[in-house]
Amino acid sequence: MSEDTSMLNEPLHATRNACKVCAPLGAAMVFKGVSGCLPFLHGSQGCATYIRRYMISHFREPVDIASSSFSEEDAIFGGSRNFKAGVGNAILQYEPELIGVATTCLSETIGENMIAMIRDSQKDVEITSRTPLVHVSTPAYNGSHSEGFHAAVKAMVTHFAHIDAPAHASPTLNIMPGMVSCADLRHLRELAGLFGMNAVLLPDYSDTLEGASWDAYHRLSPGGTKVAEIRSMGRSLGSVELGHTLTTGESAGAWLEKSFDVPNFPLGLPMGLRFCDRLMGALAAISGRATPQSLLAERGRLLDSYVDAHKYLSGVKAAVTGEPDLVIAMAGFLSEIGIRPVICATGTKPRHFKELLAGEMEGGIEDVSIIPGSDHHRLEAAVREAKPDLIIGTSKAMPLARALGIPLLRSGFPIHDRFGAQRELTLGYRGTQALFDRIVNALLEHRQESNPIGYSYL
Amino acid sequence: MSEETKNISILEGRKGQVWRKGEGGAFVCDRQSLAGSVTQRACAFCGSRVVLYPIADALHIVHGPIGCAAYNWDIRGALSSGPQMHRNSFSTDVSEKEIIFGGEKKLRAALDELIPELKPKAAFVYSTCIVGLIGDDVDAICRQTSAKYGIPVIPVDSPGFKGTKRLGYQAACDSISKLIGTGDTSKVGPLSINLLGEFNIAGEAWMIREYFEKIGIEVVATMTGDGRVDDIRRAHGAKLNLVQCSGSMTALAKLMQETHGIPFKRVSFFGMEDTAKAIYEAAGFFCDEVVMERAKNLVRAEIGEVLPQLKAYRRKLAGKKAALYVGGAFKALSLVTALRALGMRTVLAGTQTGNADDYAALRDICDPGTIIVDDSNPLELAKFVMEKDVDLFIGGVKERPIAFKLGVAFCDHNHERKIPLAGFAGMLNFAEEVASSVLSPVWKYVPRRSGLGMEGVR
Repeated sequence: MSEDTSMLNEPLHATRNACKVCAPLGAAMVFKGVSGCLPFLHGSQGCATYIRRYMISHFREPVDIASSSFSEEDAIFGGSRNFKAGVGNAILQYEPELIGVATTCLSETIGENMIAMIRDSQKDVEITSRTPLVHVSTPAYNGSHSEGFHAAVKAMVTHFAHIDAPAHASPTLNIMPGMVSCADLRHLRELAGLFGMNAVLLPDYSDTLEGASWDAYHRLSPGGTKVAEIRSMGRSLGSVELGHTLTTGESAGAWLEKSFDVPNFPLGLPMGLRFCDRLMGALAAISGRATPQSLLAERGRLLDSYVDAHKYLSGVKAAVTGEPDLVIAMAGFLSEIGIRPVICATGTKPRHFKELLAGEMEGGIEDVSIIPGSDHHRLEAAVREAKPDLIIGTSKAMPLARALGIPLLRSGFPIHDRFGAQRELTLGYRGTQALFDRIVNALLEHRQESNPIGYSYL
Repeated sequence: MSEETKNISILEGRKGQVWRKGEGGAFVCDRQSLAGSVTQRACAFCGSRVVLYPIADALHIVHGPIGCAAYNWDIRGALSSGPQMHRNSFSTDVSEKEIIFGGEKKLRAALDELIPELKPKAAFVYSTCIVGLIGDDVDAICRQTSAKYGIPVIPVDSPGFKGTKRLGYQAACDSISKLIGTGDTSKVGPLSINLLGEFNIAGEAWMIREYFEKIGIEVVATMTGDGRVDDIRRAHGAKLNLVQCSGSMTALAKLMQETHGIPFKRVSFFGMEDTAKAIYEAAGFFCDEVVMERAKNLVRAEIGEVLPQLKAYRRKLAGKKAALYVGGAFKALSLVTALRALGMRTVLAGTQTGNADDYAALRDICDPGTIIVDDSNPLELAKFVMEKDVDLFIGGVKERPIAFKLGVAFCDHNHERKIPLAGFAGMLNFAEEVASSVLSPVWKYVPRRSGLGMEGVR
């Protein structure tokens, strides 16, 4: 077992082919999941353009992100002039209900006072005074897209959730789903429904980043969590927060609990029997209803398939890379089906990454190489040493998987070289089933293709 | 056209950048993007990075937080016949500690780690937005590192806020110019050229090089496609510079004219007419009858090969309307001509970084009624696409969802493409690319054509 614990004393080195992108991207993704919200980055315009391009390659949907388009002057004297002009122009063009303002490394480094700037712009410009601006601090030199995502969720909640907000019309559950696919978002809503609850999913980009063909151009993609719903999150029956890293700081769910006594259920991403059982347990506790028969049937089929396939998986080693929440959940899931996740790598350095993994892994972490702050170069070195049979990671692991001839199961963000990542279901019993089948089949396919006989029955 | 799209208005500050042939009025271009306009342009950093990117035996390291390097990783289709170092993403991945205490130590450590291991022929060190602000003396580190390892270590001064991509092109040209003139030119022959602004997307530089070799002209250096440091160092031995992507490389051509007396000609290799013209320009320059005779034979043979096949495409595509939005205006010109060869009409032509001369030429060759637009954005483009009822959109990844959401065919003519579109054979590929999208059966079912709404029911 190995881990980089001494962050301050670790040797300096170059990052080669990072396992992460920057925080503003995560924030932009959250903003895309709020109804009528236009993402706005305060910094150079390249940040917005790069992030748009990166997200479009994954989702294949319009991703419009405005920017304050810093000039040299703004970098020296501050970007308030451009911020104000930018927000005004963005409102004129997009007519948003709200603007999600994320900072960049540039605006953070020059120490922009965003709160004052937002206040000023709303005071001065008549048009902006009607449009809420929600600010989140996302310097790219701190954390990764994963941290930016969670920070933006919290910013939305703390900005809007209010004690005086009207009660929901029907029993309602808050779900902070983390960075998951559009199909997963839809499934989470469905699960809440099966327990008789409406869900406020924050964010919910299931329509905005996977919508229908249009008959006219929409300024802002239809869909997303409504601001009114976010306002009333303090009046929900409970919150379910998915993602292990959220348990190590004050999350949106913890804040709602503290501020409005909304019970918070911090859970990992529901992949695998144990994590799904925990989710169903939480949904049952919040709703006061038993887990519906249809879900128990899905659970039964999933467990049955575990048994049917266990011999294929016995002794199989996997390397897992991606966002920390996904890596922890995936590793926990793999450990319960008999695959050893011998490498767990993530691009960022979340607090207690090792402890969180250790807490969820069947069979302990003695044989597991845990690499926070990894890049693909270090991952490759670990893979060469541990020789896993399978890599589970994003498209960015393709070059190393290809070089080493190890099958790559694409999961997480980004998927730039395959089609339909938005529709990939991995959560809940049903999603786990789909994921499980993909894993088994990836291994069978590799076995069949690398076998000279080419057995017809496996 | 639906109300929703019709109501999209052009921002007051951008009205001069939209022009319709036949309606007169002044045309404005070559200016900073309006804040909040959601420009399709990237930043100065991006401009420098893409120009230098294809130099395959150089180390490219981005000094700054991770985003800028990560979004660029293996982003382009610039092929190398040898080393593949350019397809990696190297970064100092600056963190909060360096923001406070400075990043020089980390940059030095990264160079000390990478140069001895990867043995590049040169290193380019890109400064991102925050580098100047935290007071790093990148020039000094480059000088010292260069002395230490005996290779050129060249700073690329391209913080994003410095301006648009165009300013980044300038920074890249400045950096390349430090290599030019440092190599041995004794083996360079009298009939020799450099190709500037040719990035070997999908192997295009190889196709073009072959044309010149066939007619007896030596290509000394391609800048920067399939680029090699040693070739660039002796590029000043060539007798003529052909500048393809004029926006990115005219500055370097001018510099080489001043310092080394090498004349340059602006050419394009997109479309048969322009390719033929480029070959004749080069052949004519050398006033060599044999070369000219070979050029004529080559063009005749190539066109003879391609033309009959093109006619088949023309029959299917004639009368279709195209919109194009590309990086530079010189390419836009070629595309208008190339589309005409397919019997298609350009009804919307726009570019990110065209200058006044480019646009004057573009306005001349376009049909009456054509909309010409500078530094446009998704809403404007969508508005014009609907207004002109176009059948095809030519652009890059960021424009693709605009087209696809509205049920419009799309052809990727950006640097991410995998199909060579230059030269005579490239014209056939272009026709195939256009036809494979325009003639697809799927358009019949999209809301814009089916007459059914987004739900698909009347």
